[in-house]
Amino acid sequence: MSKDAKKIKIKRGKVVSYNKWGYIFLIPFLIVFLCCVIIPQVMTFYYSFCDYYKSGLKIVGPTWVGFKNYGDLFAPSAGGIIQFFKYLGNTLIMWIMGAVPQILIALLLAVFFTSYRLNIKGQRFFKTVIYMPNLIMASAFAMLFYNIFSNVGPVNQILNSMGIDTVDFLFITVSSRSLVALMNFLMWFGNSTLVLMSGIMGIDASLFEAASIDGASSLKVFFKVTLPLLKPILIYCVITAMIGGIQMYDVPQVLTAGNGSPNETSYTLMMWLQRFIGESKNYGMGGALSMVLFIVSVVLSLFVFRFLVKKKEG
Amino acid sequence: MAAYNNKVKDMSKENVRARLMLFISRFVVYFILAFLTILCLFSFYLLIINASRSNSELQAGFTLIPSGHFWENLKNAWFIDQTYNALSIGRGLLNSLIISSGVALLSCYFSALTAYAIHVYDFKLKNAAFVFILAIMMIPTQVSSLGYIQLVGDLGLGNWFYFSMIIPSIAAPVVFFYMKQYMDSVLPLEIVESARVDGSGEFMTFNRIVLPIMKPAMAVQAIFQFVGSWNNYFTPALLATKVTDVNMKDGVNTLPIMIAYLRSMQNSKDFDLGLVYMFILLAILPVIVIYLVLSKAIVGGVTSGAVKG
Repeated sequence: MSKDAKKIKIKRGKVVSYNKWGYIFLIPFLIVFLCCVIIPQVMTFYYSFCDYYKSGLKIVGPTWVGFKNYGDLFAPSAGGIIQFFKYLGNTLIMWIMGAVPQILIALLLAVFFTSYRLNIKGQRFFKTVIYMPNLIMASAFAMLFYNIFSNVGPVNQILNSMGIDTVDFLFITVSSRSLVALMNFLMWFGNSTLVLMSGIMGIDASLFEAASIDGASSLKVFFKVTLPLLKPILIYCVITAMIGGIQMYDVPQVLTAGNGSPNETSYTLMMWLQRFIGESKNYGMGGALSMVLFIVSVVLSLFVFRFLVKKKEG
Repeated sequence: MAAYNNKVKDMSKENVRARLMLFISRFVVYFILAFLTILCLFSFYLLIINASRSNSELQAGFTLIPSGHFWENLKNAWFIDQTYNALSIGRGLLNSLIISSGVALLSCYFSALTAYAIHVYDFKLKNAAFVFILAIMMIPTQVSSLGYIQLVGDLGLGNWFYFSMIIPSIAAPVVFFYMKQYMDSVLPLEIVESARVDGSGEFMTFNRIVLPIMKPAMAVQAIFQFVGSWNNYFTPALLATKVTDVNMKDGVNTLPIMIAYLRSMQNSKDFDLGLVYMFILLAILPVIVIYLVLSKAIVGGVTSGAVKG
């Protein structure tokens, strides 16, 4: 062994002795993640194959029953409706009603704010205002909307003074869903705007210059330059919004006092999960629903993951 | 000569048209912005106005002018726990403050530590750990909440409500990712190496040298984690049902739980509406104050993490 090789070996040995600290500093994260996420997830997985519920004051189970809970989850109820698909449909409809304008308006505002030609004044003020609803407690926001749109609330008072009869907003499917969607829109379009703005500002400015020298109109620049280059971030925005959509809970829960009125048409999957775990205490069914939602969010997460990894490489 | 004159005329015409177009598009843009601003602020304006009006005024009709019953409503809302034990707003503010502060503190410190481990050291599982944390970053906590509350209950920690709310934040992948991004841009390894040469231990280097450098990132994430925890409803509501101690049962409610409880009672009972509005205002006021003071850092922090351009 030559002298040099020996030296390197010693040096390497030293590096390794520092590097054990990498493991040591990871310990708190790993232990807590194991105890608070992985073990609970495994328990949830196990419960999903068990009869495990509260009957009166007695807890039944957990006893192994195989895929029974999953079967029950997708079984039609008394009216021939499969509850899972009904609530999934509600969640999807309200998500689309909120997320489509959310992304479109955010895209529009992001273009406005980054346009040299328009040179919008007071950007800081506008950004501060549109982001604010994102930080407001969703349950309090829903409570506020309930009181504003209630039968004795300001909106109905205005309608009455115009000679229109009182509208019971929470007892009409369209208006009840629209309120949930409106709140979700208000809470998230500011966030999307900021994300898309940073995306547009990350695009090479010389591309815009070249396009304008070639005499491209703003519309053409948007569709031929901005949009194609913004696509990854736009997809990121949509997917994160979808993951948020699965979690839709606070707003419809508080707005409708947990019953998804009218006739459970604004009842979401997360509200169902909460009912299994918190109220009816059917942990077996809750487990099965949790696992279905887990799988959906894992699939969606993979898209976000790919985006983040690509960005790291690129 | 005539041809030249015509050309100048054409150009100035075009110029005027371009200016007119710009003026119109600016007008439209400001109109849209003004509309969205009103849409965002109107409900909160109404909240503040209505919190200052008495129940009979609120029943009588709609107005945009504040009234003089603010203190009366405040007193009614604050002392509502004399009728409804579970709605002690002072208690709710305190509970939310304790939990949110704990979450903000632990998530920032330990996420920075985790990010430091992956940023500075070179070990076998480094890449695996990083990829794993990234992959699980977006999975919502709700899907494991069933197991978690069963675990907490089975361990007999039901009364340790605060701990069961705060401890999980030590493993906060989103905060970790933000810290890692920040370290990539501000923390050269030479700093760590020179600290080693000066005889500083690894843990001391992190606490004394790295944490001060990380201050701006820590501040931004502390705000986001505080607010997120302040507004959190799903898991706390489930954990609160696990508290079996009669003396503690109403004492652990956080503000979102109280709001939901008040809402469910509004279905069957006519509440003093001034009190209801005041209750909502008190629940969101701390966050609004934080936002008004720190809006620049918050708005700047939204995008500097996950999707830096």
